[in-house]
Amino acid sequence: MDSLKRVFGILGTYRLWTLGATLSLLLLTAANAVTPQLFRRGIDQGIAAKNLDVVVMTGLLMVGVAIARGLFNFGQSYWAEAISQGVAYQLRAQVFSKIETLSFSYHDQAQTSQLLTRITSDIEQIRTFIGTSLLQVVSSAVTLVTIATILLIMNWQLALISLMVIPLAGLLLYWFFIKNQPLFSQVQERLGDLNDVLRENLLGVRVVKAFAREPVEMQRYTQMNNNLVAVYLKTLSAIRNTFPFIFLLSNLVTLAVIGFGGAQVIEGRFTIGELVAFNAYLLFIVQPVLLIGFAAPVIAQAAASADRVYEIVDAPIEITNRPGAVPFDRCGGRITFENVWFRYPGAAMPALQGVSFETKPNELIAILGMTGSGKSTVVNLLLRFYDVTQGAIRIDGRDVRDFSLESLRSLIGIVFQETTLFSGTLYENIAYAKPDAPLSDVIEVAKTAHIHDFIESLPEGYDTLVGERGVGLSGGQKQRIAIARTLLTNYKILILDDSTSAVDAETAAQIQQDLDRIMRDRTCNAFVIAQRISTIQSADRILLIDKGKLAAQGTHKELMRTSPLYGAILESQMKQPLLTPMGT
Amino acid sequence: MANAPVAPEKKAANQGSTVSRFLGYLKPYQKEMPFALGAVILGAATQAIGPFLIGWSIDNLITPGNLAGLIGMIIGLTLTYLIGTLAIRAQIFRVGAIVQKVLAQLRQDIFIKIQRLSVGYFDKSEAGDLMSRLLNDVSVINQAFGQSIPQILGNTFSLIGIIIAMLLINFQLGLLSNLVVPLMIVTTSVFSRWARARFRVTRTTIGELSARIEEDVSSVKEAQAFNRVGYNIDAFEALNAANRDANVDAVMVTAAFLPSIDFLNTLATAGVLAYGGYLAVTGAATVGTVTAFLLYVQQFFRPIQILSQFYTQAQSAIAGLERIFLLLDEPVLLQDSPNAVVMPPITGKVEFDQVTFGYVPGQTILDQVNICAQPGQMIALVGPTGAGKSTIINLILRFYDVTNGMVKIDDQDVRDVTQGSLRRQIGFVLQDNILFSGTVAENLAFGRPNASQAEIEAAARVANVHEFVTQLPQGYATPLGGGGAALSQGQRQLISIARAVLIDPRILILDEATSSIDTQTEGLVQDAIAALLKNRTSFVIAHRLSTITQANQVLVVQQGQIVESGTHAQLMKQSGVYANLYALQLGATQEQS
Repeated sequence: MDSLKRVFGILGTYRLWTLGATLSLLLLTAANAVTPQLFRRGIDQGIAAKNLDVVVMTGLLMVGVAIARGLFNFGQSYWAEAISQGVAYQLRAQVFSKIETLSFSYHDQAQTSQLLTRITSDIEQIRTFIGTSLLQVVSSAVTLVTIATILLIMNWQLALISLMVIPLAGLLLYWFFIKNQPLFSQVQERLGDLNDVLRENLLGVRVVKAFAREPVEMQRYTQMNNNLVAVYLKTLSAIRNTFPFIFLLSNLVTLAVIGFGGAQVIEGRFTIGELVAFNAYLLFIVQPVLLIGFAAPVIAQAAASADRVYEIVDAPIEITNRPGAVPFDRCGGRITFENVWFRYPGAAMPALQGVSFETKPNELIAILGMTGSGKSTVVNLLLRFYDVTQGAIRIDGRDVRDFSLESLRSLIGIVFQETTLFSGTLYENIAYAKPDAPLSDVIEVAKTAHIHDFIESLPEGYDTLVGERGVGLSGGQKQRIAIARTLLTNYKILILDDSTSAVDAETAAQIQQDLDRIMRDRTCNAFVIAQRISTIQSADRILLIDKGKLAAQGTHKELMRTSPLYGAILESQMKQPLLTPMGT
Repeated sequence: MANAPVAPEKKAANQGSTVSRFLGYLKPYQKEMPFALGAVILGAATQAIGPFLIGWSIDNLITPGNLAGLIGMIIGLTLTYLIGTLAIRAQIFRVGAIVQKVLAQLRQDIFIKIQRLSVGYFDKSEAGDLMSRLLNDVSVINQAFGQSIPQILGNTFSLIGIIIAMLLINFQLGLLSNLVVPLMIVTTSVFSRWARARFRVTRTTIGELSARIEEDVSSVKEAQAFNRVGYNIDAFEALNAANRDANVDAVMVTAAFLPSIDFLNTLATAGVLAYGGYLAVTGAATVGTVTAFLLYVQQFFRPIQILSQFYTQAQSAIAGLERIFLLLDEPVLLQDSPNAVVMPPITGKVEFDQVTFGYVPGQTILDQVNICAQPGQMIALVGPTGAGKSTIINLILRFYDVTNGMVKIDDQDVRDVTQGSLRRQIGFVLQDNILFSGTVAENLAFGRPNASQAEIEAAARVANVHEFVTQLPQGYATPLGGGGAALSQGQRQLISIARAVLIDPRILILDEATSSIDTQTEGLVQDAIAALLKNRTSFVIAHRLSTITQANQVLVVQQGQIVESGTHAQLMKQSGVYANLYALQLGATQEQS
């Protein structure tokens, strides 16, 4: 509920709209309350008194009320919906910028699908609550109090009888929702299961057919389908045991009013007009009870959604600029790892255990190791995607944590192991870090990454759309675009994380040559991470990482002589090399 | 926002025939329908009679001061309402049950059709597109029809009941009050047209916003590494604001809709009060009549509001229904021939005799391909993407029929045997390993649902997955939810392999995975595949040298033709395409030794 209060806090931003909605709501309630009084006047002083003027006058007043009701009704729903859109807008903005700035460790542990649910359906849930349910609850409450007061003033005995419908209907609804909540979730669950089976049968149609599984799948689906119908029938039972009785209650109250009220009219203590008016008010009693009943579960859901949304908003950002952080603007080429230990959040074992080394200016370093050995972690720490658990990383003697994040990351270019393409054009994909880079720059890096010729061969060249709706690219082509993307940045230090693994051998060798040249000419340091020894022979130094430790370092030749592990890796790669996918 | 009608973007091309075909689904319930409809009509009638009796009581009991008569009337009304309650109760259940059973039958028909359709259909209509459309259509129909049919029925009859009652009580006043109904209908259709244009904009903006959210949230690491966070937030801000503004714009229309209907309704009330009052004053009507009309007019509102809402829902549901009927009418291209026999136990000879094939007429994917695999041989298929390797496999499994030539297994044309009996004897391990909801054991026993636990475990051991499975919290009974998300790529592959082991096929088809698997699992996968291939005729789309060197025949496929064939050693000697490929890919490593 605290989170929901914070959502209400956002309403402060839309003070005028909130005021407009509230005023409309109150005026609408007043107009609604006036309508039966006009009935009374028209019947008692017009019809019964045979006064045509009053009849016409009342009719005209009713038209006025109709207009007023229309306007206020519009005002309340328009402003309420507009506010809800504003609230959703603000929440989305808050959550989105938070997700964008949360550190890698958060994203390692969070599931993307869950983050997406929160920023989409959870916020939509809150929006519906603000735009519809909140309005319904408030207006229902106001209406109930207003109408109850009027009824008590008009005829307290009759009022007490009529108002009994509120607790009774409330109780029925409460039972309905409390008792059947498990049933409703069961329906959702079974429907979800059924859709899952349909989905996996569409997705895995080949497997199903290859294993001649069709009869079994049909049987399974039939079974689940029947189960679903069975639960549906149960909910129908629940519905038929609740709502007809609520309607009956409201009808019985009408009868009580006609009976008692009629008797009072016969005794001369009540007029026919009053009786009709009283009866008309009854509509405004049952409706609010139903609305509040239906809004209750929505409020509970919205509260849960708000909790989940604020969980993200309140999540601490682990990696931030230290106070007084300085920009990283010059690179001398001396990177020092000082007894670096690092453990990923939630992991049992440290990923790095006391790694120490120092680079010389312009040195080209290769990092070699098995999957999971910790070789990518080394560069992740350099870029401060994570901070070391123990020890320190320095560039030219200065701790990386003293630099501002933006400057550090803008001067260190990295090509990730897994390539991500964004929907948009090839130009936009390469110019990811510099969205307004001139085309000539983009072409230049594309040439270096050996992807320019391919792009030129496409009918729309650099304007070709990629991503879900665009042209399909092979793994190797994607990697080359990722390389170009990084080459376009203002890197002084360049890191390639296994970034030509899917490129065919010939092209990979050519790219490697060009990159070697660039790394020597343009960078103060460069790192190449690889699983395959063949890609790193030209490095000045190879760091061999094994189970989080720096197992050996040296040139290819030195390591062949001194490191048994290196020899073993070399041998295993000779025996069973992976053929890269052909046709890239 | 849920309360405004929006005209659907796409209407069904032929609503009439779609609806009447849907009504055909009601046939099995012919006996139950009269009762259900009777309940609906009775419920509506008791509702319609109430105001009349109240009005009558005012004129004939209350005004003359007949207290005993009033009490009698109240008792009578109570009974009427009780009957009404029972009728509504019956209506909710009877109508609801029929609708749910009809929908279940429709879902069933869809599922069965999907099982019958040949693989070609799913290739043609892009799987993702078909799937999302179908799932969406099914859920729209479930929702719209599940809720709206009972509501539409109930409300239509109430409305008719009210209109009839009014006309009967006082024709003139009835005619005047009913004038508002066509006005409400016109208003509804005008609003739904206004709303359509605006909602088209909101659909676009929300689509753009969602796409941006999805992409950016899944690539936060890139954004941070490339210092693009600020740019992304600004870009998002623009879309977010555009979406808000479009929605606020649309709300303008939707927020005006119900008030307009309510306005018309109140206007009708005013008309009743004024004209009815005039009639009463001049003696042409009674106070009771006017009262009854005031009550009736107030009851207009709900049915019309509900009908207008469901009108639009029903429209999109009918459009979905039409697409579903199209699917149900889709011809099944690949059927067992009328005199197809059950494939006897296979020994494992596989032959392609001058096979030519294209997925669409005029296209040639395979061009006069000849293959002959002797029982127990391993055939490696090598070649660039799109050369036709997967097509060869599709034809062995008879996912498609050849355009020309013949595919023979044990000298039997695959078209002469039943599909089930053929495929049940062929094992199949795909690159993307699809797991199904259900337990690990059920997934392993996918091809042999009645396999014993011991058999399942034995297969799991052969596939090197037993140890991993026993480490799971519930062992073999561990459920694998929604696509088996909890397992790694390598573990999924092991399960796929065990699946194939369990059916003990004579012919095995294997599409080697190229995606990287962690080193440890990689070893397990290699061993499992080796065990699986033993003593079976196998076709392997090969990416690994170890597979190729062991193969009895290496077939190099290029542009739909087999350009080279032989053992690894023979092909190396030929110094042709294969030798080149081999040298290129191994060059780097060899230089070092």
